[in-house]
Amino acid sequence: MAHINIDKKSYEAKEGKNLLETCLTLGFNLPYFCWHPAMGSVGACRQCAVKLFKDENDTQGRLVMACMESIRDGMFLSVDDPVAKAFRSQNIEWLMTNHPHDCAVCDEGGSCHLQDMTVMTGHAYRRFEFKKRTYKNQYLGPFINHEMNRCIQCYRCVRFYKDYAGGKDLDVFGAHNHVYFGRESDGVLENEFSGNLAEICPTGVFTDKTLKDHYTRKWDMTMAPSICQHCSVGCNVIAGERYGKLRQITSRFNSEVNGYFICDRGRFGYEFVNSITRVQQPLIRREMVGFDEKRNLYDNLKTFFGNQNIIGIGSPRASLEANFALRQLVGEEHFYQGISENQAGLLRIILETLNSGKIHTPSLKEMEQADAVLILGEDPTNAAPRIALALRQAVRRKPLEHAQQIKIPAWHDAALREFIQEENGDMFIAFPIETKLDELSTDTIFSSPEEIARFGFAITSYLTNDVSKPEGCDETMMKRAQHIAEIFKNAEHPLIISGTSLCHEGIIRAACNIALALRLHKETASLSMIVPECNSMGLAMMQAPALDKAFERAEQGKVNAAIILENDLYTRNSKTAVDNFFDSCQHVMVLDHLHHATTSRASLLIPVSTFAEGDGTMVSNEGRAQRFFQVFMPKNENIRESWLWLDEFKQFKNGVNPQKLNESANLIEELVKAMQQFKGAETVSPPSDFRINGQKIPREPHRYSGRTAMLANVAVSEPKPPQDEDSPLSFTMEGYRGIPPAPLIPFFWSPGWNSVQSINKYQIEVGGPLHGGDPGKRLFTEEKISNLDFWEMPAQDFSPAAGEVEIVPLTHIFGSEVLSVYSAAIAERAPRPYLMIGEKDAGDFDVAEHALLRVKIQNQSFDLPVRIKKELQPGLVAIPFNLPSMTGIGWPAKGTLSKIKP
Amino acid sequence: METPLTQHISASRPPLNLRDYEQVGGYQALRKVLKSMNPSEVTKTVQESDLKGRGGAGFNTGMKWSFVPMNDGEMTKYLIANADEMEPGTFKDRLLLEGNPHQLLEGMIISAFAIQANISYIFLRWAYKKAARLVRHAMDEAYAAGYLGRNILDSGYNLEMYLHTGVGRYICGEETALLNALEGKRATPRTKPPFPQVSGLFGKPTIVNNVETLCNIPHIVNNGADWFKGLSPGSDAGTKLYGVSGRVNNPGLWELPMGTTMRELIEGRAGGMKEGYKFRGALPGGASTDFLVDQHFDIKMDFKSVAAAGSRLGTGTMIVLDDRTCPVGFVHNLEHFFAQESCGWCTPCREGLPWTEKILLSLERGEGRPEDLKLLALHTQFLGPGNTFCALAPGAMEPLQSALKYFREDFERHINEKKCPWAKDHGTH
Repeated sequence: MAHINIDKKSYEAKEGKNLLETCLTLGFNLPYFCWHPAMGSVGACRQCAVKLFKDENDTQGRLVMACMESIRDGMFLSVDDPVAKAFRSQNIEWLMTNHPHDCAVCDEGGSCHLQDMTVMTGHAYRRFEFKKRTYKNQYLGPFINHEMNRCIQCYRCVRFYKDYAGGKDLDVFGAHNHVYFGRESDGVLENEFSGNLAEICPTGVFTDKTLKDHYTRKWDMTMAPSICQHCSVGCNVIAGERYGKLRQITSRFNSEVNGYFICDRGRFGYEFVNSITRVQQPLIRREMVGFDEKRNLYDNLKTFFGNQNIIGIGSPRASLEANFALRQLVGEEHFYQGISENQAGLLRIILETLNSGKIHTPSLKEMEQADAVLILGEDPTNAAPRIALALRQAVRRKPLEHAQQIKIPAWHDAALREFIQEENGDMFIAFPIETKLDELSTDTIFSSPEEIARFGFAITSYLTNDVSKPEGCDETMMKRAQHIAEIFKNAEHPLIISGTSLCHEGIIRAACNIALALRLHKETASLSMIVPECNSMGLAMMQAPALDKAFERAEQGKVNAAIILENDLYTRNSKTAVDNFFDSCQHVMVLDHLHHATTSRASLLIPVSTFAEGDGTMVSNEGRAQRFFQVFMPKNENIRESWLWLDEFKQFKNGVNPQKLNESANLIEELVKAMQQFKGAETVSPPSDFRINGQKIPREPHRYSGRTAMLANVAVSEPKPPQDEDSPLSFTMEGYRGIPPAPLIPFFWSPGWNSVQSINKYQIEVGGPLHGGDPGKRLFTEEKISNLDFWEMPAQDFSPAAGEVEIVPLTHIFGSEVLSVYSAAIAERAPRPYLMIGEKDAGDFDVAEHALLRVKIQNQSFDLPVRIKKELQPGLVAIPFNLPSMTGIGWPAKGTLSKIKP
Repeated sequence: METPLTQHISASRPPLNLRDYEQVGGYQALRKVLKSMNPSEVTKTVQESDLKGRGGAGFNTGMKWSFVPMNDGEMTKYLIANADEMEPGTFKDRLLLEGNPHQLLEGMIISAFAIQANISYIFLRWAYKKAARLVRHAMDEAYAAGYLGRNILDSGYNLEMYLHTGVGRYICGEETALLNALEGKRATPRTKPPFPQVSGLFGKPTIVNNVETLCNIPHIVNNGADWFKGLSPGSDAGTKLYGVSGRVNNPGLWELPMGTTMRELIEGRAGGMKEGYKFRGALPGGASTDFLVDQHFDIKMDFKSVAAAGSRLGTGTMIVLDDRTCPVGFVHNLEHFFAQESCGWCTPCREGLPWTEKILLSLERGEGRPEDLKLLALHTQFLGPGNTFCALAPGAMEPLQSALKYFREDFERHINEKKCPWAKDHGTH
């Protein structure tokens, strides 16, 4: 601890910490641009000037840039010094010489860091009388809008995009007062994290293009803390609404999970909420026996619940509350996970391992600390993109240690990058084809899923004697495995990443084994498993039988009616199997918010809310239970949370009136009572009656405008705002204005800090945890409770028979996830269907790139253009996973290839 | 008077080839070093000679070398000759490059040996085409003779040398921007610390020295530190290439003892002002130094004395301002150069320099306002050292701030008369 003196007051600070960071933590309003808490200092913008004095008797001092200074004991500083203030104001004046003077009509206004800093420094009158320089803007794709005239050249965009996120197609061009930030030519920004530019840019050069389509100022949005729905990582987000439309998703800082950044699927996938394919009202299929469109819904529901043998099929993309409400409605023995047996099996292994207490599963923050990473049969960039971003930071850990030896401070990004150059720590990847992270890897193994699993077992065999060497691994593979084992044995923080993308049990078992064996060497070893969907882990924890069991039961004629919760079964299993199931069910009720193949088989279709219109809890792949809150009350009264509908249905089923649920929290408490494994989930947010000074937390900023006008076309009197009985949040602008408990932060704002940079004020220490601790509760047990043995290699060899090929599912960040693909911007980025084969197979079939080949998978046949990948092994055919036109496949899958006869 | 640097340079013949260079004692210093000295002895000799960097900063060269880590076994290190001579009015390195390239090469090999670097670069100004040709030829000769490459003169010491020609950016003369440019990155300066001696080219220990600095090395090694100190009567050791340009009778470049006075340079060597022109002031060491005026004629041109007079010795090549040239236009021309050469990294330089340039142009056009002088003064104050990322903008402010001090009435006349009083002398603007 160092003692420093700022403006004649004494403060405690951490020795070696950055001075700017320290000043902000201490609450000083010190302006900055080029510095970013996650990206450190480069000293470019010269905005954070303060006075540094030699000692307490020095009255002159000299200007220093706070971002380029380390805290030393006995420092004498001044933030308020007149020269320092004048310089900061002058610096803004310089920046403003070329900046458009159109804040009032600029779409960044009101959430603009430049605007905030300009006001903060007091620069008001323009003395520069000459012409401004202007630029031509670029087309950057469906996500990001470009407006270069606003640029103040802080370089944060390229530092994030290139240095932090590994992007290749955004750079800085030109020189002097005509530098240009953009692409080499117009075109789609390729990096998976491009959306963060909208938050990284201190002004409005890079803005959210999807927001522009239905623009609303930050202060005019109704916002709520939410959880991303588009993969298993559970990034914290803020969702904003106006006029009944979801307008924008931004990152909600959580130091343990996503930090400042989210991926483009998470940011731009929200528009399914506004989709025209939303289910708008309960629909009753006319031709179904016993159902009648003209009868009211309740009569039809009575008919439905008059059935015997009603089963419930849950969903990995529905909340714990919704799944639990369904389970309560149909009874435990009639509740099925809405995923295939293959997926359920993988999740069982994952859950048993991670919840054993023998191996730690890391948060994203912990992943960034890993000094050796093995990615076994998974492609994080596509399956859980935010993890890939964390791994990009992890590979810098080892070189950073070298930098410390020559005393480069950890915050000094420019010096660190100059010193480290292209050096990377150890990262190994095994996957059937090249992945984006390969550019950082020490060694990459291109193999079939089966061989990758064997390779994993081979690594384990060099870590422990309890696992024997697998058969069928050639000598070079064994050598590579041994090499990796040696490196991981000596690593301080070894991390194994795997997941369910390849739907291969052997890979999952192998990854678990490596991590468990490493744990014998290092306490700090950890294992992260990427699972398919936002609540896959939560659903798995409910331990219900899989979809295949429901299908078997239906086949035996033991299902009269099925309730399907927020799930398109055609994405879960083969088309034939799902068709057969529906054919053997007499009545099918589907609760969902979007129309899809399964809703088209429903006899009763119930419209439900999306994450934006309801509350719920989900469990991330880290075992972290997190709560999302309703953003807005849908205007369409038909749309209600699934759990609310399901609970109401009890009256038809059991003939009893539903207990008034009031709030989803009651359901969570019941869930925890019924299933102890969820203990802790009830604590992830303050209860609905939580108040501060008797007040709720408002979802709307205090500058929210138009409340009395927005419905004036209907009625001039202002209606009573909707009441939220489920949470401590209110649908108004009135309420507690201070910093709420972290799980309840609906938006970041602080006096003078209108932009997202106000996050600084919500953190205990800038860049660190939120006041009161980061949201979410890890449910996995941390203490050792069982003696878990190593997993055995699965007996079943999935190698294809003669004439057959093995189908490898390739997950795509854009296209493979079922909800986000309903957003126009995401759909535009999704790949066209394709069929990928290796060079040898292409030769054998005598096909060139783009030629059509026919692949038959489980009675379905697809004619697809060929992509040739030289590293893809013979006998393997890769196709994009779960594209809207390529569903109805049960995984793992085999198929046959044939040429199309003209 | 000894002129070690230029003794073998003659305008009447091409530079010495390897054989001729060897005949006049060339590469003897290198032989001496490789045969009888260890790296730290070389560094110590250079340090004791008090050789100061001739690029303009004036830091003790041997001291700079001594910061390079020496006990790291096979560590990659680099030695770089900064031959990106872009300072306006400066043409001293050009003479050495074109006049005697082997002298530079020998200096570089000895210097690289002193820091145990195995790779060296010459970062050459793009426009110096002739120098590039001559240096490349000298390098070929040196490789062929075993002065470069593996196991130099059977000493076991290896050194590779590469010639890199820049693309013509002034900022590449700044040693850290030069490193970025060599790495193929934008020529943006780096922060110090860490100094290039510790984390330089490709993150490895690196020494960047000016051409003139390096050319002194063989002579110091041959003749010793005391000899070098004895070359000058003043406080700085050795000789210096001094230049004078402008409306003088005999503009040129001379090797003279450190500390030669301005009077000797202008009135003696340069033969005084041309007829019909009066001396008004001079930038003593390139465009980025403060004006010296009449009262400074007897100041010794060494680092300390020039600094005491409120300017900098810089490169030692002076630009003379005469009475028939508009000082505002003169400074505008310089600020135009600096604004254009700003790398665009830090705000004050990127945005401040164009502002001063535009104000100066408006003064020249007769559109100036009284408050413009305040704005110019404000820029000279706020673009000072430490406020900007590197020394480019502070350097750019030196001629402006001293012009405002010594030629203030000329600035005011532009505003009061709403035109440039010199306009008829150099046409309409």
